[in-house]
Amino acid sequence: MNYSYYPGCTLKTKAKELDIYGRLSAAKLGIILEEPEHWQCCGGVYPQGEDEIATRLSSIRALAAAKEKGQDLITLCSACHHVLKRVNNDMKRNATICQRANNYLQLDTPYRGETEVLHYLELLRDRIGFDTLKSAVVNPLKGVNIAAYYGCLLLRPGKEMGFDDPEDPCIIEDFIRALGATPVKYSQRNECCGGYLTLENKGAAQKRAEAILSSAADAGAEMIVTACPLCLYNLKNNAKTKIPVKYFTEVLAEALGVKEEL
Amino acid sequence: MSLTNKVTAEDVLRISGVDASRCMQCGKCSGACPNYDEMDLHPHQFAALLRKGEVERLMESNALYQCLSCFACSQRCPRNVEPAKIIEAVRLTVIRQKGRNYMTADRLPEKLDEDLPQQALVSAMRKYSK
Repeated sequence: MNYSYYPGCTLKTKAKELDIYGRLSAAKLGIILEEPEHWQCCGGVYPQGEDEIATRLSSIRALAAAKEKGQDLITLCSACHHVLKRVNNDMKRNATICQRANNYLQLDTPYRGETEVLHYLELLRDRIGFDTLKSAVVNPLKGVNIAAYYGCLLLRPGKEMGFDDPEDPCIIEDFIRALGATPVKYSQRNECCGGYLTLENKGAAQKRAEAILSSAADAGAEMIVTACPLCLYNLKNNAKTKIPVKYFTEVLAEALGVKEEL
Repeated sequence: MSLTNKVTAEDVLRISGVDASRCMQCGKCSGACPNYDEMDLHPHQFAALLRKGEVERLMESNALYQCLSCFACSQRCPRNVEPAKIIEAVRLTVIRQKGRNYMTADRLPEKLDEDLPQQALVSAMRKYSK
């Protein structure tokens, strides 16, 4: 099955593991990810202002390119997913934004939110199925206690993201279980890591990261997995408590037997 | 620095798309905010002051730059007010004015380290400057 795939800026640079292990694993599962030739950075944050049009255009170009190919659009980075999904919702539901954006873009056919945006984890859950994933595992991660770190952007606002229960999600725990490892639940798994505030108020970002790491450590986590490069940075660099933090695609590739040293 | 252009409560409501009159001041948003301690004004106060038309006070708040955009307030609001959108709209009315960028590119080199992802820079510049 072929899908359009939007990697985003960081997956080409600091978060290459997230991208490469995601591609290797997809190939193993019979999924072909097609990267559009001319995608542009989504901007990292969703433009909440209703009169912000220019900051939505890069997302709409990627969405419209996927529509032209008749494909769903797969994302990996939590931030890209959040931005593309919500901008797509705007194009479906907000007639003013839709019209103004189309006035700028002058596409052959106006774009009105037709593309379906799926996060890689949703692809695994809803299209492939965790049972099928489980049967494809050749190197089960038996006995490893892994804590899922959801953060904010995949989950909230729940009615827009539609990813999972925003207050009590289970998709990453189910994913961990499919790989043969043991999921560890802890109270801070869907609280903010500090995000971009690491540049503006380091002390506050450090408090957030420590709250998450100590909560995961108390619950017995030996490893934390995330889908977000900025979460990974904050959890690794801003907390005193240390637990290895990895991208979920890295453990996926390991379990599927396709992990290569990068 | 004084602001060049006068901003009204109607401007903020228009940019945010939020109906602040629905807020019943239950405070659940501020209780959910993970960065409450760093803010001089809190999410429920943004809704209250906006209803009173006290936009200038909101525009001077440090909360504009301490909000994490984590959407905990919006998620947990029982009246669907979305305080994060109010904070964002007020911030936009400030940084859209000449000379009011909160973070500029010349300040970035001192903040870089080897692990810092591009996503952090892109996000911060989108939030803090125009």
